[in-house]
Order: sequence, then C-alpha cells, then structure tokens
Amino acid sequence: MIEPVLSVRNLRVEFVTRRDILRAIDGVSFDIAKGEVLGVVGESGAGKSVTGLAVIGLIDRPGRIAGGEIYLSGMRIDNLPPEELRRIRGKRIGMIFQDPLTSLNPLYRIGDQLVETIRTHLNLSETAARKRAIDLLAEVGIPAPEKRIDAYPHEFSGGMRQRVVIALAICAEPELIIADEPTTALDVSVQAQIISLIKRLGRDHGTAVMLVTHDMGVIAETSDRVAVMYSGRIAEIGPVLDVVQNPLHPYAKGLMGAIPTLASDTDRLVQIPGSMPRLSAIPPGCPFNPRCAFAFDRCRVERPEPIRHGSQSVACHLYDTAATETAA
Amino acid sequence: MLAFTLRRAIQAIGVMIAVGIISFSMFRFAGDPVNQIVSLDTPAAEREAVRKSLGLDDPVVLQFARYFGNAAQFKFGVSYQFRQPVSSLLMERMPATLELAACATVFAMVFGILMGVYSALKRDTFLAKVFQAVSLIGISLPTFLIGILLIYLFAVVLGWLPSFGRGEVVRLGWWTTGLLTISGLKALIMPSVTLGLFQMTLIMRLVRAEMLEVLRTDYIRFARARGLTTRAIHFGHALRNTLVPVITVAGLQFGSVIAFAIITETVFQWPGMGLLFVQAVQNVDIPIMAAYLLMVSLIFVTINLVVDILYTVVDPRLRSTLRRPT
Repeated sequence: MIEPVLSVRNLRVEFVTRRDILRAIDGVSFDIAKGEVLGVVGESGAGKSVTGLAVIGLIDRPGRIAGGEIYLSGMRIDNLPPEELRRIRGKRIGMIFQDPLTSLNPLYRIGDQLVETIRTHLNLSETAARKRAIDLLAEVGIPAPEKRIDAYPHEFSGGMRQRVVIALAICAEPELIIADEPTTALDVSVQAQIISLIKRLGRDHGTAVMLVTHDMGVIAETSDRVAVMYSGRIAEIGPVLDVVQNPLHPYAKGLMGAIPTLASDTDRLVQIPGSMPRLSAIPPGCPFNPRCAFAFDRCRVERPEPIRHGSQSVACHLYDTAATETAA
Repeated sequence: MLAFTLRRAIQAIGVMIAVGIISFSMFRFAGDPVNQIVSLDTPAAEREAVRKSLGLDDPVVLQFARYFGNAAQFKFGVSYQFRQPVSSLLMERMPATLELAACATVFAMVFGILMGVYSALKRDTFLAKVFQAVSLIGISLPTFLIGILLIYLFAVVLGWLPSFGRGEVVRLGWWTTGLLTISGLKALIMPSVTLGLFQMTLIMRLVRAEMLEVLRTDYIRFARARGLTTRAIHFGHALRNTLVPVITVAGLQFGSVIAFAIITETVFQWPGMGLLFVQAVQNVDIPIMAAYLLMVSLIFVTINLVVDILYTVVDPRLRSTLRRPT
C-alpha cells in the first residue's frame, strides 16, 4: 500500500480556559493520498479550521494538541520541536487562508514576500529566487508577472491576491496544501477560477490537498473524498459522489438535503432543527443526538465509533449492524 | 507626491498665519506697547512721536502685515528687558534647546522601542512586567519632580553629574554644541532623561500595544504558515508595521518635547529658549513671548509636514492614493 501523504490518527485538540478544558477536536482520523483532494465540510465551529491549523502546527495558546498522531509521508510531525516544525511549514506543507486581503503584509512588495519565502526554504541566490517567483506568479495565472512582481498587495484585486497567496503556499513544492476556506471571501465568479487553480496545481504536482470549506458546491466540484465534521468529530467520510448522493449519517443527510436545487420546486428551504452544541456543553454519547430524528437510547449514552459501510465510513449507531444483529 | 507635498505646505502656511494673528494680538492685549517703551513722565507729544516711529498709528491690518512680514524674515523686534533684537537672543539660545530636545528624543525612541518590542514579545517575563511598572511611573510623575529627584541622587548624593548648566560648549559658526566636550555630554544626560522619560514611556506603551495588535493579524499568521523564521517575522514583518503609527507619535512628540523643555530647562537652569521664555513671562517681555510662540509653532508645523511625508515613505498604500494605481 502506498503511504498516504497525510495521516491523522485520533487527533485531539483542547483549549484550556480558566473554567474548564474545551475539546475542539475529539478523536479525528483521516488520510490524504498523493494527488488527492480531501474536502472537509461542516458548520462554523465544527473544528474544520482547527484541524488544518493542528496539522501545520499553528495551534496557539491556550490551545494545544492533547493527543493523537499526525504523520507527513510517514514521518511523525505533531511532536517535533518548534524549529523543525517551522522548516516543514511552507516547505512541505503550504497553507492558504480565508482572506487574501489580509494574508499579505501590506508594506512589502509581493516579490519581496515570495523571494523571502523561497530563500527561507530553498538554497537559492537572490536572482534565482526572483526568477522562480516570476515563474510561480505565471503558474498561478498572474498576467505580466515580471512587471507585477514589484507591485504591492493593495495594487491587486481580491482574486489576484488569492493567487499570490497560493503562489506563496506552493513556492517550495509542498507535498500537502491546506486550504482554509480559500474562496469564502471572493466573488462567485472568481471562486470558480481559484478552485480550478487549486485543483490543477494539485493534479500537476501530485500535491495532496486538504480543502476546508462550508460550501458543499465547492467540495462537490473539487474533492475526491469528503469528510463531514460535527462538534470536533468526523461524522462521515467517503468518496465525494457517494457522500453527496447517498449520505449515511443523519447530519450529513440533513446537510445534503439543505442544498437547494433548481429542479425541486420547494417553497421553504430544508434546515436541520436546532444548532450545534457549544464546546462547553457537548452532550454525552453522540454529539448530534439532540437534533437527530433517528436518535435512540444508545445515542444518548455511548459515543459512536466510525464504522465502515461500503465505501464510506460513518460514526453512527444506526449502521452498527453487528450490534443490531446481536440485539435481534 | 509633489501635489501632496505642496498641499500640505500650503496648509502649514495657513496654520502659521493663524498663529501669527494670535502672537500679534498678544501685543495689543497686554496694553499699549508705547507705555511699555517710554517712561511714566514722557510728554504726550513725544509719545505720539514714538507711536508714529513704530508705525503703531497705522491700521491694524497694515500693522499685522508688517509684523508678519518681519516675522517671516525672523525679525521679531527688540526685547524690552535685554534691549537686544529678539531674533539674536533666540538664535543664541536655540542650539541648547534643540540639542537637548534631540538627545531626549533619541533616548526616548531607542529605549522606548527596545522596551516596547521586548515587552510585546516576552509578555509574561519578569522584566516585561518591570518595564510596564516603570512606564506607569514615567507617565504619572511630573517632569520637574523627576528632574529634582535625579539631581538629588546623581548630583547631590553621588556627585557624578553636574546639577545645572550645559558644561563646556564648543562654538561651530553660530551654533554652540555641548556634544564635543566631556563636561558638555555629562551635563546633557540628566536633562535629556528628564525630558525624554515621558516620551519614552509613551513610545514603549505604543510599541507594545501596536506590536501585540500586529502579531495577531492574518499576515503574521500567514508568515508563520510560510515557515519564516521567528526573527524574520518579529523584526522584518511585525516591527515595520508597528513603526507606522510610532513615527507619527514620535514625530509629533518632538514638538512637545521642545515645548515641554521649558520646565526641564528651568529645573536644570539650561540656557535654552525655554528658560528665556520663562524669564520673559516674569518680566512681561512680550516680543520674546510672541517670537517664542511663533518659533515653537513653526517647529511643530515643520515636524508635522515631515511626518506626513515620512508616512508615505514607510507605507506604500498612501503613496498609491496619490499616484495613479497601476
């Protein structure tokens, strides 16, 4: 079996507050293979972004990785000393943040920021780094890169800035790109361009991509597999077509049902009743049980573990056939 | 860029005219200037002659125009108490004040930025907390008290530094400097610290607050995600962004340093413009007071102008609002 680029095992992230310890990520496991795009979807506060930050080692105090393991191409990275982790960031893992308007330092030319990043990770001369920076800008689709390289961030539009951010993220040919809501702050017309750019880069360089978003449309268009997160856990993970067309977890069902289609003539949009529990008040058992139409006694007591069901993996007692059979 | 500079320069001239009106009106509010020149038993005819010779019978607007025209050429009339041209008195005193203000500002900037950066980056260390406490003292203690305490400690008890004056000065053309002699340098230390302490604490607190703010921004987070070294992030990215507002404040503070020098100069008997002004107030020497007012505002306005221009040098975003974006 080929080793996955990223392998997360039973990750737990906690935030220590004065009153108690909040568990933002609780036992998350997933793999991303070379060239694969994994979409991570969920409501705000489900732990999507925190998962991405944990992988790249940017969880700040009062947060901390409380357990589990993260492997990058087989090498464990969650317990590395800060200096070694820094060398991995930007070189082997690139990250793209949500807001391109604020991701770039406004006081430096984009060329300076690119050259700085390139020379931090690769042993190149100033001129070679600049050459590479121009090539990168061309690759992410910036017209006249040899001229634009000396422009300041504010001289670019939002979409163009996100392209610069992407160029910065891929400048050392990383094995993995974490894109945290890369299109949320952009116009719809620009969103499609950025998405296809990320997809193309992943394909051309064989880069694994972890795409965090709450936009199911983006996921459906881009991802090979999708992970649905809820309350810091993965509710369901599987190939994107299967999960979209045949969601198993009641939450995933609700989420897919909430996407309006032009074909169906509905007056009211479908919604999942209630809201996601706060981190300080996650109910025992399955965190989704208070909102779940199919919840039974076991859901309120026992936490569901991921169960394989066809191509998908789902954390729901409804699919625990072994237990249901023994009960019957 | 040129249009911007010109616009600011015209605004500056406007401010100077306004200050000129205030300084001019000082002469009129303080009673009839003729009375201050002639003695009590001067006959009325002679008074009229003096009035005419000084042009005080002309319309007010004409008088103001003449006053302002003279002031623009640094002619401020003759001091009542010294019987000397005010401009030469001021010129004689100016190097002392400017040297003191410059030393105080350099002291404030260097220590303020260093302490501010340290206490932002090492927020929870003991030293950072000491800095915070010291800055509170610096902000709340009045200047004259600090000066007197310093004199008591370093001049009276320890006897290391002189308690007053400039020490030996070297004459370079019309400029006198205390920076070239040991005694001059020693004499500069305490007044500079006294004058700069408030500014230092202000800059320190500003740098600390700004730096903490900048360290929370997305581009710093993105810089970390790019794997830049901590050094490059803190000193290349964070500090430069921090310095934008610091330049404004420090620049504008240089004006108040000169203005506040009055107190420090009085405490240390520093032979500068501030001391001259205090003596002028005591003796109702209006030409000196009016000229001092004009000089200080001129310095303020000039600094403002320089800060505005410096701003565009540091922050490229301001440049492009003036230039056509490409």
